[in-house]
Amino acid sequence: MHNKTIAELSAALAAGEFTSVELTQHFLDRIAKYDGELNSFITVTAEQALAQAAAADARRARGEAGPLTGIPLAQKDIFCTDGVRTSCASKMLDPFIAPYDATVIAKFQEAGAVMLGKTNMDEFAMGSSNETSFYGPVKNPWDTNAVPGGSSGGSAAAIAARLAPAATGTDTGGSIRQPAALCGITGIKPTYGRVSRYGMIAFASSLDQAGPMARTAEDCALLLGAMAGFDTRDSTCVDMPVPDYSAELNNDLSGLKIGLPKEYFGEGLDPAVKAVIMAAVEQYKALGAEVVEVSLPNTHLAVPTYYVVAPAECSSNLSRMDGVRFGYRCENPKDLEDLYKRSRGEGFGDEVKRRIMVGTYALSAGYYDAYYLKAQQLRHLIADDFKAALEQCDVIMGPTSPTTAFNIGEKKDDPVAMYLADIYTIAVNLAGLPGMSVPAGFADGKPVGLQIIGNYFAEARLLNVAHKYQQVTDWHARAPEAFA
Amino acid sequence: MMEWEVVIGLEIHAQLATKTKIFSGAATQYGAEPNTQACAVDLGLPGVLPVLNKEAVRMAAKFGLAIGATVAERSVFARKNYFYPDLPKGYQISQFELPVVACGHLDIELEDGSTKRIGVTRAHLEEDAGKSLHEDFHGATGIDLNRAGTPLLEIVSEPDLRSAKEAVAYMKKIHSLVRYLEICDGNMQEGSFRCDANVSVMPKGSDTFGTRAEIKNLNSFRFVERAIEFEIERQIDLIEEGGKVVQETRLYDADKGETRSMRAKEEANDYRYFPDPDLLPLEIEPSFIEAVRATLPELPDAKKARFMEQYGLSAYDAGVLTASREMGDFYESLVEQAGGEAKQCANWMMGDLAASLNKENLEITESPVSAAMLAGMIKRILDNTISGKIAKDVFAAMWAGEGDADAVIEAKGLKQITDTGAIETLIDEILAANPEQVAAYRGGKDKLFGFFVGQAMKASKGKANPAQLNELLKAKLDG
Repeated sequence: MHNKTIAELSAALAAGEFTSVELTQHFLDRIAKYDGELNSFITVTAEQALAQAAAADARRARGEAGPLTGIPLAQKDIFCTDGVRTSCASKMLDPFIAPYDATVIAKFQEAGAVMLGKTNMDEFAMGSSNETSFYGPVKNPWDTNAVPGGSSGGSAAAIAARLAPAATGTDTGGSIRQPAALCGITGIKPTYGRVSRYGMIAFASSLDQAGPMARTAEDCALLLGAMAGFDTRDSTCVDMPVPDYSAELNNDLSGLKIGLPKEYFGEGLDPAVKAVIMAAVEQYKALGAEVVEVSLPNTHLAVPTYYVVAPAECSSNLSRMDGVRFGYRCENPKDLEDLYKRSRGEGFGDEVKRRIMVGTYALSAGYYDAYYLKAQQLRHLIADDFKAALEQCDVIMGPTSPTTAFNIGEKKDDPVAMYLADIYTIAVNLAGLPGMSVPAGFADGKPVGLQIIGNYFAEARLLNVAHKYQQVTDWHARAPEAFA
Repeated sequence: MMEWEVVIGLEIHAQLATKTKIFSGAATQYGAEPNTQACAVDLGLPGVLPVLNKEAVRMAAKFGLAIGATVAERSVFARKNYFYPDLPKGYQISQFELPVVACGHLDIELEDGSTKRIGVTRAHLEEDAGKSLHEDFHGATGIDLNRAGTPLLEIVSEPDLRSAKEAVAYMKKIHSLVRYLEICDGNMQEGSFRCDANVSVMPKGSDTFGTRAEIKNLNSFRFVERAIEFEIERQIDLIEEGGKVVQETRLYDADKGETRSMRAKEEANDYRYFPDPDLLPLEIEPSFIEAVRATLPELPDAKKARFMEQYGLSAYDAGVLTASREMGDFYESLVEQAGGEAKQCANWMMGDLAASLNKENLEITESPVSAAMLAGMIKRILDNTISGKIAKDVFAAMWAGEGDADAVIEAKGLKQITDTGAIETLIDEILAANPEQVAAYRGGKDKLFGFFVGQAMKASKGKANPAQLNELLKAKLDG
């Protein structure tokens, strides 16, 4: 059961091969068995999951089932879930029971999906290794000494280990794509504004975007179709019809123009990773695609730009975590200032504090123009790079991450090395473009992800390009032996 | 001794009369139980997002058009970051670099009757904070977030005001305007209309402003005047004694009638303003602005000019009767129903009606005597059914709920005596009863005429037609 894709599970449920309750119980059993080691879930909502599964089975009996009815999913613990702890992997929100559902969660509920639980992540989505979680690091199912990537590391690890058929992720600088790459699964970050951010705890509001993570592009298409769409509660959400992503999956790729940005293949890229990516490109040529070299000359500005914009926004977004109304509050505060200082000092982890401080500095009077305003100008340059490149090609391809999964603890004390893990993904967020990561092979036994970047709202095209590749390769179907 | 010039600028906060909050769907009604009108967005829960209330934008645009300002086609919401328990998100959504309204003006009237143009630098949209309740919690503080997210229009004047009186005149003018526009209820006790005053002094003729102090949260015209006057004196005394004014925020203590330092501006927060990434820039189409312009009512200055022209009122009377839109409406309705007696109508409104309203602290819209009732009474004065003096009693009875003028006149038998014979009988009785006074009058004591009038009026219970009484009495005494 656990090796089936959502498309397969959906067909099996429809055919009555098993019920959603049986399917859900199967995954709950696997979580109980394996997650002690992986730590991919923060909260498992077994009772609620089984109730939802029973309701899904009843719905199916009434003939009202859709493709996601009865399908168990894991939700990143950044999405507010009514009545369930929503921690964002922080001590600060460890006691926070959300009183409402995020739009994404509500949409999955309407579709009849089942929530297995809330997945582990970097604290407030700040990190690329899942090591900043208050609940401890997540292990990579392919190598339990290695990180799963981050920040959606719990979601990626749970899917790779077959503890859930699919999960949600959020991507501010690569947080869907990089863990998808490091765990050998498929994930897509949609165009900024495609999916509602309502109820998704904000890290950097102008960059955050939710998306699906699954084993195949076909599953991602199904899930994105359910997640996407206009939401009157999110002013940055775009009012545009949602295409039928599944309908476009099998479009022919002959004549597809693939742009390879030379800046994504230079210094810092692991040669073994590069070899895997080049082999994937060859595969695309065999599918009829043409390859052109393109240039994204401001790539080197992406990381520094990001590390002004994201901390600046997060320093303000996280101000509401003040110990006054919800979440962690220090014991016996002696006055208001003490309440603020100790609640925040004790409630936030080091990486979060680092970014709050950096962001506060960047927004301070006298520094705003030099940092925040300058960074906003650079965002335009970076977006212009992509615009020019996408005039020469249909999609841009390259590595998702410069290396395969690194070891737990390896980069923990070197924030800059950690930040460079996102060097190929960050620019996409700054430009607001859609991007995805697709399993493309292995280097030293660890998965390598191929990144595919498209134009605004070209999600259907990206999913099609990924799906056709998955029809002729089986990298996405490989399972780590210990969890097969 | 040196002469000083005062420089004042006001920042007025007008709460916009929208039904729901500026960034959420929660109700804005005043006076509900604490925290019953605060939704997830107002509470600043993790994950919530603001969505702009278009009605607040419409109201801001209406204000901008009414003061001849530019309504920006593009303005930007920014976050003002600071920590305070009644500020749920840790930032206030406001507008900083690009406000929705800029470069307006309005004219105020000075005491000498001349007018002065006051510049309005800008008006921007922002959300209000909640309230901290320090009483009733035994050493702790309660937070009521009902007010959090209520839309405010912050109206910032140029430093054009030169006295406390000018500041009050300006504030009253804005107060009247926002009510005319129906964008703010103007209720100062409930905090719907309040202001901060920036006050400085400089040697007369100087072209460099002195250091200013900001007096926060003044919520009555009287407090504005007293606080500014106190502050002017404090600053002048300070400088003349060799001290220096420091830039700071001060609070007005209404009980003591003084301002005192709240915090020095230097220590104040660096608000780290930046554009709110949760809200797109506010773009206003020219067609929207034109649609708003079409809804503008006749504005106070225009109405006042028309009242002077159309009804022949003095500038003062016209000013009083156009102070609010409701006053003007009442007056026009009254004149129409009273058959065009514009001056008489004005006198009654500004006299007995205003006094009664004032005494019971009622708005004109709450008056128990309607325009129709007052018009009915004025008609009875005009047709000699009652005298102006009796009318005061009729008015009081109408005010007390005893029915309209005709009902009161009938019930109390107040109909004026205009029958010559009846008045003559009255006079004869008075003269017969007071032979000494008659003799004295005829002997040259003219002043006794009033005595006879009084006696006759008393005997008629005030109902004798005064003109007839005078005429007949004179004829009898002199004859």
